[in-house]
Amino acid sequence: MDLIESYAQDLRFARRRITRALLGILLAALVALPWVAPDHAVFLGTLIALYSIGVMGQNLLIGYTGQISFGQAGFLAIGAFAFGHMRGWGAPFLVALAGAGGVAALAGVVVGFPSLRLKGPYLSIATLGFGVAVYQVFVNWEVLSGGRSGLSIARLTPMLGLTGTQTVYYTYVLLLAVFTLATYNIVSSYVGRAFVAIRDSDIAAEVHGVNLTRYKLLAFAISSFYAGVHGALYAQVLGHIEPQIFNIGESLTLFVAVIIGGVASIEGSILGAAFVLLVPKVFSEFREMVPIVYGATILIVLIFEPRGLFGRWLKARLYFQLWPFR
Amino acid sequence: MEKVLQYMLTGLAAGSLYALVALGVVLIYRSTRVLNFAHGDIATLATFVAFSLLTNRYSFPVALASSLLVGAAVGVAFYVGVLAKAQREGANLLGMVILTLGLALIIQGAVVWWWGAEPVSLPFPISDTRTYKLGPVVVSQLSIATMAAGLVGSFLLYLLVQKTRLGLAMRATSENVMAAQTLGIPTRMVLSVSWGVASALGVVAGIFLAPALLLDPFFMLDPFLKGFAAAVLGGLNSLPGAVVGAVILGVAESLTGAYVSIQFKNTLAFLIIIVVLLLRPEGLLGKEFKERV
Repeated sequence: MDLIESYAQDLRFARRRITRALLGILLAALVALPWVAPDHAVFLGTLIALYSIGVMGQNLLIGYTGQISFGQAGFLAIGAFAFGHMRGWGAPFLVALAGAGGVAALAGVVVGFPSLRLKGPYLSIATLGFGVAVYQVFVNWEVLSGGRSGLSIARLTPMLGLTGTQTVYYTYVLLLAVFTLATYNIVSSYVGRAFVAIRDSDIAAEVHGVNLTRYKLLAFAISSFYAGVHGALYAQVLGHIEPQIFNIGESLTLFVAVIIGGVASIEGSILGAAFVLLVPKVFSEFREMVPIVYGATILIVLIFEPRGLFGRWLKARLYFQLWPFR
Repeated sequence: MEKVLQYMLTGLAAGSLYALVALGVVLIYRSTRVLNFAHGDIATLATFVAFSLLTNRYSFPVALASSLLVGAAVGVAFYVGVLAKAQREGANLLGMVILTLGLALIIQGAVVWWWGAEPVSLPFPISDTRTYKLGPVVVSQLSIATMAAGLVGSFLLYLLVQKTRLGLAMRATSENVMAAQTLGIPTRMVLSVSWGVASALGVVAGIFLAPALLLDPFFMLDPFLKGFAAAVLGGLNSLPGAVVGAVILGVAESLTGAYVSIQFKNTLAFLIIIVVLLLRPEGLLGKEFKERV
């Protein structure tokens, strides 16, 4: 047992000088990317940034609060269509984005209610049902989904003399930074500790004064807010949405990203998002083999590193810290 | 009234297929605590094997037997080769669920690669256009065969689990793996048998479903989700619950499709499940779990 009396060290965002340097290099690389890389790589970076936000939200729910949800595509669809309609009514980008997140968060509270009674696989099926239900409502209800031709969304106007792709990229990376900071703060606050307590044992958490109803619903609300924003950003990038995009495969992709990246880890969420987007990209030469490679990679990663990519990173770092002793 | 009966009969036929899927899901969940997301895909693969054999003029029994074998072999191989290994490495339950997702993706890719994504129709000896009149209701040959398959499958599983030594070992293992091991039960063998039997049940559902639909690499997705939902409805650790849940789901679905809205048929099925689960979180016939802190 180490006797820590001050938590100032633990609460600091970048604890060691080398971490700060690495963080600086990473940020510089992110800023420089659009100037050195071709457009399709910048677009890929944009996608990874927006997926990271969704995966982070999913990780707050699965990794930190321990509530399994297979219905994340439902929240994506709600966010995306709310965003599309609001943009159609003339709302500015950020207002529509907040609105999309808000609508999805409301839906999240509704879906959260079963979580007060259901656990583990039962909850996962209930949320799976929610995902399928939302999908079918959007497919069958043309007022919501904009009819057979889908919903078109106006592109962002390029700003500050940048090209369209660059504007979107910088906006999204900035948003990712904001969401990452927010997630760090949530996780290291009372709310985050309440989530972790619920995950480890909800009865024990309740005994210690955590209001289960409030914090379980809050976890669902926050996570679906992230998912709604993810859906909205995705819709903005695609410029055209139809309900078929948000099928059950999309929910499973987000779920896989959380597990592969590393459960209950913020950096892992970003790694996981990059993984699920890069694997199909890297193997795009063999089009019909993509699902096979994807599946096989999942098997290999999980058999040899059950803690996900972030666990591998921790082990590597530990190895170099202890080198040459171990 | 005749119409209601007719719709219920249709629902019963669908329900017996869901029952076969649900029994497989429950069997695997009970023994290894894993939700098997590859269940539907294993069935798809095996049904395509049957398709290839039937189009190459093998007889139906040969095709059926070999597809059952293929399905069971894939299930056993996945358990022994991947899942047991991951368990030794200390994977948690979520990780194992993701492993089944990985298997599902691999099988999907393999099926698309080998047979293509174009829908094909399975040459089947039982027709769904020849019908019989049973009093006021009309029933097709295929529905009768489907219900028979559901009944025979469930009955054989009942015999296996309740009346044989192997079944006793399966029950003991699902109750408590450690204790079963201590008593000398070869749990790994028993668990792989469970995986094999469960996968074979799914294959039966696939084979009897294929003639009613067209066969494409994703045709088992919807029935698989329904079977899953049925298993949860009945209680994930109860085999009779799976059958009860599946029949209720099939009939409810058919009735809502007829009287409420055909478009929202599937949605309503899932809503029913969510409501039932809210009232009875452990499923209709599931055992209530008491957690210790």
